[in-house]
Parts: sequence; C-alpha cells; structure tokens
Amino acid sequence: MKLTLWTYEGPPHIGAMRIATAMEGVHYVLHAPQGDTYADLLFTMIERMNKRPPVTYTTFQARDLGGDTAELFKDAARSAYARFKPDLLMVGASCTAELIQDDPGGLAAALQLSVPVLPLELPAYQKKENWGAAETFYQMVRLLGKDYVLSPGEKRKPRPAGLPPSCNILGPTALGFRHRDDLVEIRKLLRQIGVRVNVVAPLGAKPEDISRLHEADFNVVLYPEVANSAAQWLSKNFGQPSTKTIPIGFNATRAFIEEVCTLAQIHCDIDELTKRSRARWYALSVDSTYLTNKRVFIFGDATHAIAAAKVASQEMGFQVVGLGTYSRELAREVREAASQYGIEALITDDYLEVEQRITELQPELILGSQMERHIAKRLKIPCAVISAPIHVQDFPARYSPQMGFEGANVLFDTWVHPLMMGLEEHLIGMFREDFEFHDGAAPSHLGHGHQRTPANEANVASEPTPVPEVAVANGAPVTESVWEPEAQKELNKIPFFVRGKAKRNTERFAIERGLSTISLETLYDAKAHFGR
Amino acid sequence: MNRVIPLQSAAAACDSQDRAILKERGQREVFCGLTGIIWLHRKIQDAFFLVVGSRTCAHLVQSAAGVMIFAEPRFATAIIDDHDLAGLADANEELDRVVDQLLTRRPDIKMLFLVGSCPSEVIKLDLSRAAERLSKTYTPRVRILNYSGSGIETTFTQGEDACLAALAKEIPRHAQDHPAQREVDLLIVGCLADVVEDQFSRIFNELGIESYAFFPPRRSGDIPCLGPNTRYLLVQPFLTETARVLDDMGAKRIPAPFPLGVEGTEGWFAAAAKAFGIDPNHVEKVIAPKRQRANLALERQRQVLNGRSIFFFPDSQLEIPLARFLHRELGMQLTEIGMPYIHRQHLAEELALLPAEVSLSEGQDVEKQLDRCRNYRPDMVVCGLGLANPLEAEGMTTKWSIELVFTPIQGFDQAADLAELFARPLVRRTKFAA
Ligand code: SF4
Repeated sequence: MKLTLWTYEGPPHIGAMRIATAMEGVHYVLHAPQGDTYADLLFTMIERMNKRPPVTYTTFQARDLGGDTAELFKDAARSAYARFKPDLLMVGASCTAELIQDDPGGLAAALQLSVPVLPLELPAYQKKENWGAAETFYQMVRLLGKDYVLSPGEKRKPRPAGLPPSCNILGPTALGFRHRDDLVEIRKLLRQIGVRVNVVAPLGAKPEDISRLHEADFNVVLYPEVANSAAQWLSKNFGQPSTKTIPIGFNATRAFIEEVCTLAQIHCDIDELTKRSRARWYALSVDSTYLTNKRVFIFGDATHAIAAAKVASQEMGFQVVGLGTYSRELAREVREAASQYGIEALITDDYLEVEQRITELQPELILGSQMERHIAKRLKIPCAVISAPIHVQDFPARYSPQMGFEGANVLFDTWVHPLMMGLEEHLIGMFREDFEFHDGAAPSHLGHGHQRTPANEANVASEPTPVPEVAVANGAPVTESVWEPEAQKELNKIPFFVRGKAKRNTERFAIERGLSTISLETLYDAKAHFGR
Repeated sequence: MNRVIPLQSAAAACDSQDRAILKERGQREVFCGLTGIIWLHRKIQDAFFLVVGSRTCAHLVQSAAGVMIFAEPRFATAIIDDHDLAGLADANEELDRVVDQLLTRRPDIKMLFLVGSCPSEVIKLDLSRAAERLSKTYTPRVRILNYSGSGIETTFTQGEDACLAALAKEIPRHAQDHPAQREVDLLIVGCLADVVEDQFSRIFNELGIESYAFFPPRRSGDIPCLGPNTRYLLVQPFLTETARVLDDMGAKRIPAPFPLGVEGTEGWFAAAAKAFGIDPNHVEKVIAPKRQRANLALERQRQVLNGRSIFFFPDSQLEIPLARFLHRELGMQLTEIGMPYIHRQHLAEELALLPAEVSLSEGQDVEKQLDRCRNYRPDMVVCGLGLANPLEAEGMTTKWSIELVFTPIQGFDQAADLAELFARPLVRRTKFAA
C-alpha cells in the first residue's frame, strides 16, 4: 500500500484507452464498475475531443457479483460489436474486474465474433498507464502483423530500385503531450528529407494499417514510452531498424535528420533544412545573455525530461540542477543523463518527494508536468510544462509542437516566457525601494494575473524563517542560524527570483562555519563564497 | 406579487404512485461515490479522506478534482498493490502504516474517513474493523470513521450520503450525557455552501426556530446532539442512508420539497415552520420579501429559458428538483428526466409537482438513452463530463451536472444563479449564431 496524494500516471487500462481512442475502427470493451467511466472525461474534457472514446464499460454492480458478471460482459461485448461494428475489438479488465477473474479474452473468444479480438491483460496492481499503452500497442502490432513475420534466417528484401525510402512513425496516442503537433512537424521534416511515411500509429491508424507496418524500411520512434516494445518486435520479425534520437531541440533535430538519412540511405542538406530555425539565433542574441546559468529543475516522463535537460543546458545555456522522472521503466537512461550534469537523478512517482527536492534546490525555473506547475505556483517559481500529465491548458488551440525545428522555437518561447526579462531583472535589482517597482512586481509582459500580492507572498519559501533565539551550548554543532535584523533587511533587497537561493546558501554557509547568527557580513561572505 | 408564469396547479400533475418509470440496466456513465470527497473535504475543515483503493480510484478523484492543487488536499489514496492482495493480514498492517504516516504528516487532522472502494470491497478488506482498531490507537486525537464510495455500491452523490450516514452514527443523544454538545430541535442535513448556510441561519432565526444545526458541521468537533424530539430536514435528495440512520436514532424527517428555486425553498422553509407550529402569517411575513426579490431576479433568466426543452441524463441525483424548478418557475419543457435511482418517499413532494407527461427513467443504458436524446433534439441537455463535449459537437447545448454540486444553488438568493447556470450555455450559443 502506498500513500498517494497525486499520481503521475493512471492505471494501465487508461494506456489501452489512449491507444483505442487514437485509432479508427477499434472498440474496447472494458469490464469495469461504473465509476471507471470517469476516464471518458480525460479525452472529452482535458483533450477536448469531440467524440466519446470508443469504450464500452460493463459497469457491473455489487448485486451482480454473486450472479453472473461474465454474462454481463458477454452481453456488453455483443451489443458493442453490433452497434459499433469495429474492425478490431479490444477486451480487458480494470482493477476491480481483474479481481473477479472473469477472463474477458476467453469470454470474447467464445462469442465467435467475425472480427479480430485483442485480449489485454494489464496487471492493474503492478503496472501503470504508459506501460499499459506500450503493452496494448505491442500486442496489437503482434496480432495484426504475425502473418507477415519473416521466417528464421530470412532476410528482409531490399527496397526495389526507384522507390523512395519509407518509414512508419510510431508512438503518438490520444491524450499525448503535443503528439498531434509533433506529428505534423515530423511528417513535414520527413517529406523534406525525401522519406515517405508508410503508416503512422497508433494515432489515426486503422487496424488494417497496423497490418501494413512491415512494408516500411524502418521505424521512427517518437515516444519510446509507448512504442519501444512494438518497435523491438518489428525489428526482430521484419528486420526494420528504428530511430533512437528524439527530435526535441535544435541539435537533436539535426541529429535525428542524420540518423534518418543513414537509415534511409539517402543524403540531404541539413544546413538547408536548418535555415528557417530561429531558436538557435534567439539563444545567441545578446538579449538572451541573462539566461546564462539560470538554475533549472526538470521532471517528467523520461523522454521529455532527458531531451529538456539537453536543450536547457546546451541550447539555452541554463544550468541543470535537478533532473528526474516518474517513468521507472526508463530510469537507467535518466540516471545516465543526470550524471552528465553532475547530479543524481530523482526517480520517483511520489509527488511529495518531487516537491521536497524542488524546495531544497530553489531553482529559478521548473520544467515539468502539471504537477510541477502546481508546486511552482505554490513556491512562486517560474515554470513551463514539458511533459504529461497535463491539463486542458496544455492542449493549446494553436500549433505548438515540441519536436523538430518549429518545436525548438516553441521551446525557446515557452521556457523564456515565465522569466523576468533581462533588463527588467537588472532594474529590479537596482531600485528595490521604488514603491511601484517593488519586489511583488511580476514580469511586465505577464500582466495583472501574475501580480504577487502580499497575501500570496506570505508563505514564499524565500522569506527568512524566524528562528527562536537559541543559546548555543559550547561545542554543540550549530544546526540553525538566526538572521540578524540588519542582515534580514539586506536579504530582502535581493530580487525575489534569486532570494530563495541566496537565503539557502547563506544559511548553509553559516551552519557549516558554526555561526549561530547571520550578520550582514555573513551574507556577503557567503555571496563571495558561492559566487553565481 | 404575481408570478409571470402562473404556478401550474398540483392537480394537473400526477401522483407519484401511478407514474410509469422506465427502468434501465445497461452501461452507466456516472461517477462513483468517491467523487463526493471533492466537496466533502472542503466542507468539514478538519477531516481527511483516505481512499483505500487502486490507482484507478486515485486517478478518478484527481481527474474529477481537476487541478485543485492550490492547497494541499485533505484527501489521498492508499493504493493497494500486489502484496496487499496476497494477504489480508499484511494489507491491514499496511493500512495502519499508511494511516500513521498520514497522521504524522497532518497533525491538524481531527477526523479521518477510511473510504472503501470496489477493490477494497471485493477483497473484503474490512474498513469498519480497521477504523475500530485504529480508533483505539488515535483516540482522542483523531476520530476514525469509514464508509464506502465504491462504484459497485454507490453513484456520484451517494458518496456524500454514505459519508454523512457514517458521521450521523456519531451523533450523540441527550445532551445531559454529553455536556459539551448542544441538543438541537432541528437538524439540517446535507452539504451546503457556507454562504447558503449563513443565509438559511438568518431565515430560521427570523422564523423563530433557534435550536438548529447544520450537518455536516464545518468542524468535526461541532457535531450537535439529538434530543428526544429532534426533527431533521434534508437539503439534498440523495441522502437515503443518512436519513435511515437518523430515523433509527429516533429523529423525525420533515417531509418537504428541496430548497431549489423559489418555490422549493419556500416549501422547504414552510414545512419546517409548520413542523414547529409557527404562525403561517408570520412565515408569510418573513418569506414574502425574499420571494419577491428572488422572483425579480429570476425574470431575466425566464426570458431566456421559457419554452425551451430540456433532457436530463442521470448524474447528480438532483435531476427531479431541478426539472421541477426549471419547468414551473422558468417555463422549460421537460422531455426525459433520468436519475441514477429514485427515492420515492423523499421525492414525494417533488414528484407531485411534476407534469404528467414527462418521462422518468431510473438507472441507465447510455447508448439507448443517447438515441432517445437525439430523437427529442432538446434545446438543452444536462449530463456528465464524459458526454458534454461530444453532444455539443453534435450540435446540442449542454450543462454539465457536476457544476451543480460545486456551486451555491440552494435558497432564495441563489435561485437566479441556478437559473443562470442553465441560461448561460443558451445565451452563449446565440452569441455565436449572430
Ligand atoms: S468505480 Fe470503483 S474502482 Fe473505479 S474509481 Fe470508483 S471506487 Fe475505484
């Protein structure tokens, strides 16, 4: 049992729903109690989809439990089939139905419907949403691809001369963070490179498209969390290699193009493709100097977190002070990435642990999911969202990819936007006592809603904690230092967006030196010690 | 004051006894009782709700709560995993550990609800025994109660009922044995917005009913005491179990319509006044100016809503009183009113006010009901969050019902706000059509 305030991922059947809902011609019969129909709102409200997810819930009740819940399942499957006429029927159980062990797969098979049935076993008490999506996709690719599998030893036939190289794009789902827009961007890029897209899956694919996956020369894996296991199976059984680079950021997009060209065995002029990108020039322009070494904390799914860290450090000039993920499946990759920044990765799905780490680190910018957005709001730290889980505002009406060159432009804008502009930052530092240009002033381009009021200022982490006078016993190690009023006043003159850090550093400095009080001098000694 | 829409006489409506109700059994598209936690945890300010359930349960509460992470919530889930399924003894130990962790983290909590879910019920994890066991450890610092919000037992607002029923069992009888608690003549039962409670308090005082208390209380320590003649008045139509507990304790229910709309609110107060033998002339003196002001405020919404047709999918269990209000005070035409279940006794006064021709349905088979809804092509559909946008995309105008349990809608001064919730989507449509 685990105490959980907020979860990063839903249960695994939500992952299966993301696959079914992304596709066409698929219906999912889910053995589940009525409350589980809440999942529909993820799609209809959060993603603002204009149709219901293709899911029939059996909605059994307590009074059915003694009787025949299996019969109930069969009825639901039969009528869903009759009403929706899908090309593929997915069947499975949610957490409660897993306990009553009705075997949806067996029951559906017994109905002898004239349609392929994909039975899903997604252990709800062990696994989570992304795993469920990956497993569902993998099982589907296997079921619909098995007739085309190469026999042992058989080599993939070379592409006939004259035909352009082709690939599948794997991974985009319903409820994915910017999947819809990433797809547009990557399709465009592939067209420019000269690679034909055979099938995109699961988003927009029909079951018959899934059975055509083997026709492509290679696979482009955009979201490894969802597509890795399917891609591995395709590689093993059809000899299709897949891309490893995730085209998030300017550099990664270039590397992605190179990788695609290698797999497709073609040549393309990367510099030409790069020309319309603005992100790199914007980052080089003098106005961006103030971004140098801004301390950033990054948390999200593994793919987005790793990519964001690279962009933050190599393309924005930030300093990555924290990096973590809730995707335990890809923990190793995130640990490796973190070690490049000399930090230890935070691998957890415990929201409280993430909050704790952020509070300790006092970063100047947080890149995270909607959970971190809330932490940021509470701690008054600027934040941008880079990963699921996400909320309705993260499905913007405008085109807003994360991948490709346009994606890099979007990253630049959305990460810089929450910050105070450079010159503004300086002026606030200089004229701290100006009554209209005070500490509470928000970045001027963010307008009224972001006003820092004295009320919401009350629990800002950066305020010095009033520590009761402690008489320090001789020789006892100092564990807390008290701010002298003068020093505290000076601390308040430091702009709020770096004050938390200054406070923490000073206190650490004082404690390490056994100082029970912090004077004006201690503050400046610490400043000199840590530098920036 | 004369009403613009004359009240249809109750004789024109038909008696609930001979009313045909379509009973359906099929896919339901309604949240489970865990959802109630979202408003209950704000209502009782020192209570915490610990769902003992699966990741699905945690995800449901989180999704239904939207992004309410502006403050640390007073709810959480103890997520059951494989180990807990392997042995119930361990599951109980685990639960104790989680409760300890939680109460250490939140020393301000005075009351803890262990909330059962489908998985905890199917594996027969006995939360009432767990609550008893844990109470021994934490009394008097924390009271530990339990109820079920599971989807196999409860729908949506029934979670509030189950919670209040558990809390009602804690109500002491006879103040002489419990000097700290106040014995009351009238208990007002069901969650109300604070502002509505305050308004209602003023009206009860004006009427001359002084010994009353709201239930649930804002703080768990303020549970009142039942006297030998205590009566209770329901503010919500979904409090079946709570009412049963109170009946068993000897309290008497005052039959009344529900305080939605001017008519409902008036009927509700009048029923209370009558039960306490208050002079009808005095009641009229107190109510008249409030009725007048409320009717005035309703006028604007009536212009929008009059003559429009409306269809209710089963959801919040408020459907019948809402339909009664929208029909009789705002002139809307009723097509079908769906309810998760119909409690004929508590709704008797309401059912008597409904027109004969409206069709009532109980339970749900969502696909068939959608077909019927499409057939009616009503001007407005009241439904849950999963259906609203898809119906909008089909060209229908919707009002999602979860908003109705999050908004102050009861009482005279909220009648127009309630009407406005229904008028807004229609007004919005006309803006875009222009
Ligand atoms: S229906 Fe049951 S399993 Fe589903 S969220 Fe509600 S209590 Fe949990």
